[in-house]
Formats: sequence, structure tokens, C-alpha cells
Amino acid sequence: MKNKEPLILVVVVAFTLLTYWLVEPYAHSVMHKHVESQNFAYADLAPLTKTGDAANGKALVAGAAACTGCHSIEKAGIPAAVDAVAAAQTYGVNPPDLSNAGAIYDAKFLADLIKNPAHALKVEHKFDAAKGKMHPMVAFYGAGGDLDQEVADMVVYLQSIAVKPSEVTPKMAYENACGRCHTVSYEKWTQIGEKPAFKFEKDSLAFDIKVLEYQDALTKYMGKLPPDLSMYIRSRGEHFISTFIENPQVHLEGTAMPRVGVTADAAHKVIEYLEDAGDTKRHERDSVGQMVLIFSIVFAIFALLWKKQVWRDLH
Amino acid sequence: MAHFTKATSVKDWLNQRLAVEKVEKVMASEYWIPKNINFLWAMGMVLAITFALLLVSGIFLLMYYQPDVKDAFYSVNYTIMRDVDYGWLWRHIHGVAASVVFLVIYIHMFTGIYYGSYKKGREMIWISGMLLFVTFSAEAFSGYMLPWGQMSYWAGMVITNIFSLGGLHLDGLVEWIRGDYVPAQAFLARFFMLHVLLLPLAIMGLIGLHFATLRIPHVNNQDGEEIDFDAESKKYLAGDKAGSKVMRFANDFMSKDMMVVGIYLVFFFYLVFFQYGFALDPVNFDPADGLKTPAHIYPEWYFLWSYEILRPFSVNIGLIAFGFAQVIFMLLPFLDRSPNAVPASRRGAFSIWFWALLIDMIVLTAMGKLPPEGIFSTIGLVAALAFIVLWIALPFITMNEKKA
Repeated sequence: MKNKEPLILVVVVAFTLLTYWLVEPYAHSVMHKHVESQNFAYADLAPLTKTGDAANGKALVAGAAACTGCHSIEKAGIPAAVDAVAAAQTYGVNPPDLSNAGAIYDAKFLADLIKNPAHALKVEHKFDAAKGKMHPMVAFYGAGGDLDQEVADMVVYLQSIAVKPSEVTPKMAYENACGRCHTVSYEKWTQIGEKPAFKFEKDSLAFDIKVLEYQDALTKYMGKLPPDLSMYIRSRGEHFISTFIENPQVHLEGTAMPRVGVTADAAHKVIEYLEDAGDTKRHERDSVGQMVLIFSIVFAIFALLWKKQVWRDLH
Repeated sequence: MAHFTKATSVKDWLNQRLAVEKVEKVMASEYWIPKNINFLWAMGMVLAITFALLLVSGIFLLMYYQPDVKDAFYSVNYTIMRDVDYGWLWRHIHGVAASVVFLVIYIHMFTGIYYGSYKKGREMIWISGMLLFVTFSAEAFSGYMLPWGQMSYWAGMVITNIFSLGGLHLDGLVEWIRGDYVPAQAFLARFFMLHVLLLPLAIMGLIGLHFATLRIPHVNNQDGEEIDFDAESKKYLAGDKAGSKVMRFANDFMSKDMMVVGIYLVFFFYLVFFQYGFALDPVNFDPADGLKTPAHIYPEWYFLWSYEILRPFSVNIGLIAFGFAQVIFMLLPFLDRSPNAVPASRRGAFSIWFWALLIDMIVLTAMGKLPPEGIFSTIGLVAALAFIVLWIALPFITMNEKKA
């Protein structure tokens, strides 16, 4: 009698794959908008035409541009004027320390941000100067010279004090770009920094109260408390997070979340931080997976040989 | 009282008390299986192995899981996934096996339908199998509640709402099932109990029943041939292993079972480590939030076909159709009026019915996941109607079937 098993196997596998394709790749492509990554090129922003001068930039940042009125630059020995909670109560969100901004954010983005914050951040629907709704970061209109030159000077200064882009750690990227709005409770990250281990509960509670006060101010500023991102790598996936960071408006039109303007490398670091939080054991999964698969294949080969041996007498 | 003699060996000691030799014969070496079968006959063993994987991984998960609405999500996604050594492995095995077990159940079911293995004394095999399908469904659903993610919460909301039975407005019944107005602590704790105790007990009992139902009618074969098991087994025992139409369950059939299991495990562990997304829905990695309804609520893939029979109709008609879909498979041995217990390929119109049912259920499965809009709702409605028509037509198709 003809052996029908290969044909049966083909039929079973074909129907299984068809069902899988329909309920997974196909259904999800219908349910979720597909957003193509632009590789963090920020094509809507004008490229820098001037070559900046760091020394001049340094003078502008601390002087005419008044950046340090709100931003600390700890690397340059300029500490924050007030603590994170007070800053959030004043501005809505704690203005970032600029020590490593030059390594984490795209240069074109920084230049546009200095000149027109709401435009660079893509929150003009929320902050419309014509309606009297000013973005808390004041635009820089120039210190008397060529505006583009002055902006280029400041960008180069920020780049000159920052760590090398290759030295940016996942935590550093996350803290700068996301961490002042989003907690990652699985990494003990709060909007005011990583929660330390306290010896006394009252100190721990005092820290929690500060976080709550910060979150109250942040909620008022953003409209709702930005979500905790601990499990986002599993609930949203790398592609969604990456394209969302690149331009939140493409996924969620009208959202209060700003475009943060990170470089492609910094975005990878942010993703890595989220992987460490929500997919901590991924490397172990890969290595154990390989071993288990090798074991399974060896098991299957022995099972096949055993079957052949047993069935030799049956035919 | 039985007469006991001084034992000559441990085996003899056990034999006098437990008849282990006889048990071994009855259960394994003289449990006769037809030779004329293909790898689809190994799905029972594949299911047993998958159930064992579920049971063992479940025991490990149970040691760390917290059935409390405040801690459940954390205990799964932090404690088990990060803190406990290899906790992630147990969870992935449990989640993937819960999904794959249904794939194998469906293959097993459609094998039974194709070869007519629910007829001529095999009705109880089919009915006990369908009872297992129902309890496995309840087990899968109750387990899906436990991580207390967004899909747990909202699927729990949707499915318990079904018990208000539409126009009957039995809202009190829904509250009684939930123990609250919405899925909350009482709901989680009782589904936890169902998942880890009552339903596994029922499943294990039903697996025993399912095995017992095979005993007297024996396993079917791929040509629907009627085999004289007594005569053929005598032939085998007399030494004519090649000439006999039957073989021992162990080691003869078992060796083929294990070969299929071996290949299956390669596929299974590939899914566990490298392709688990289909079984661990991303939406359920967001913690449950009663104030935030997900954009798309859908059940796991194995419930989609019956969900799509519920969905395209108005509430009351949908519920009736849904109820129809839940019980109709159970009645298959009695709706099939033909005496032919042979493969569908030799049964004329029934063959068309079989493939139509299979394709219709795949269409229902796909439409059950897709948003009910535009062409998808139309296709879903047609497929749901086709499902009902197919089952109503079955007795008429099979009544006049020629003797094969």
C-alpha cells in the first residue's frame, strides 16, 4: 500500500500555517497601522549650515541664551537651581541636565529646539503662541549676531562637553530622553531618579511622597500621568517603541508626548534599557534555547532509530 | 483472604499484591493496536506529553504566582520572569503549550472526523474527547485570567457577560459568577481555584475515561478495516509478527509515538524559545485597567471560530448560534446517519462536508480576530451561517450514503 504520510503531513502543515498567517501576521497588519522607520533622519528639520565654535557656545549657554537659568550642566559645574519636584511644579516637567545632551540628541533637533521648542518637539497643537499658550521652554531669538551661527555654536558646545556617543549607556539615554516623565518600576526608576535602598521606612516614604508630588505636577502638565514602561518591550515591541520615539504623532495624533529627538544610537540604547527591564532574560533564553533544540533533535534522531529497530520485525 | 506465599523476588512480591505483570500486559504489551495507521494516530501521545508539560510547568509557576489583583501582574512579570531562576522558561513553556495543545486537539478531532472514528461502538471515545475539549477550554480561559493583564480583564468581562443571556438580562447571574459587579478580587481568586484545582482534576479524570473508552472498541485504522483483534493478536503472539494486522502498544506502537513526539518537541521548543508571541499576546503585558478598554478585544486563536459564530448576529440570535456551536460537535456520532466507518475520501458527499467544515472553521477563526468591519463582517456572517447549515445538513447528507 502506498505511504500516505508525506501527503498527510503536507496537508496538516499547510492548514496550520494558513491559520497562523491569518490570525497573526495578517490580522495584526489590519489592526495596527504600519509605520515605517525613518532611521531618525529628522528630514523635516533643516540641516546645520554653520560650523559652530564651542567657546562662543559656552558663553552663550551661560550668558545671553540663558539656558542655565533653568537647566543644570553638572559637567560644567553648574548645578540645578531647585530640586526636581520644585522644577516640575514650576515648568510641568523637570528641565533636563544638559551634560550629555550633545551625545544623546540629534544636532539638527537641538538647533531647532533652541530656536522653536514647540516645533522641534512636535507639540504645536498644545503650545500655540498665537493663543497665548507658550511652551515652558523659551525660544532663543538670537544674541545680536547671526542666529544660525549662535545656535550652531551652542550645539557644538553641548557636543564638546558630552561623553562620546559610543559611551552613552542605556540608562543614561533613558534617563535623559524618557526618565523625567516615565517610571520603570521594575528597574526602580522614578521621575526623580532611581529609588535608593533606604534603611528607615520613613525615608523611603519621604522619597515616595516626593515622587507623588512630582507626578501631580507632571499629570497637570501632560493631561495624564505618562505610563510606567517596565513591560513595554513585551506589550508594544521594539518596532513600535522605536517609531513612537521617533515621532509620537504618527502613532497617536494629538498626544501630549513630545518628539524627544534622540539619535538612532541613543534610541537603540533606550530600547536596550527597556529590554533589560521587561525582557531581562533574553540572552539566557537564546542560549538555553539553542541547547534545548540540539537536545530535542538528538532525542528525535534516537526515537527515529528506535522506531526503525522495533518495526523491522513488524513488516 | 487471598493466599500469599513467601516472595521469591521483588517482582513476585509485587505480583502477589498488585498483579503488576497482568497490569503491564493489559496496559501495554497486550494492548493491541492496528498496524495500519499513520502519524495522526500519535496525536494522543503528543497531547499526553503536552499535558505533562503543562502540569509540570504549572506546578513551578504555582509556587510563585500570587492570586491577588494587586500582586498578580507583578508576580508573573517581575517575580517569575525576572527574579526566579528559569521562571521565564516555565512561563513560556506553559503559555506556548496552552496554545499548541489546542492545535493538536484540533488535529486530533479532525482526524477522528475524517476517519469516522466516532462510529460503531466508538461513540464514547468521541463524547469523552469532546468533554475533554470543553474542560480544556475552561482551563485555558481560567488560566488566561491569572496574569491579570488588560486582555485577562477584558476577556473576563466579555465572556462572563455572556451569562446574562442577552434578552433574558440575567445580570444577577453574571454578578454571582464574578462575585462582584466587575472582574475583581473574588473573580480572580475563584478562577485561580478553577485553574489550579477543580479543572485539572476534571481533566485528569476525563483523560482516564477517554483511555477507558478506547479499550473495548479499540483504536480505528486508516482504512476503516474491521479487525478481529483476538485472532490477530494470537497470530502475533504465536510469532507471526509480520503477518499479524495488530501490534503491541508497547514497545511497537510506543516507538512510533515517541518518534512523532521527538519531531513534535523540536517544533514545540522552537516556539517556546524563538516564536512565542502568538501564544503570549502583547496586550496582556499591560496591567489590567478597568478604565481603559483595549482597541481590539479578541480571545486566543483557538476560541476565535466560536467567537465569530457569536459576533455577527444580534445579541439573542448570536447567543443561540453560539450555544449551538458549543454542543453540536458532541452530537456528531448521532448526526452522522451513515453506517460507513471509513475515511471521508470514500464517503462521497461527506468528503465535501468534511473539507467544507474545516475551511469554514479556518475562515471563522480568521474573521474572529479581524475587526468586524466592512467585508470582514460580511465574510464572518456568511461563514457563521455556513457552519450552522453544514451541521443541519449533515444527517441528510449521510442518510443516503452508499455502502462503502
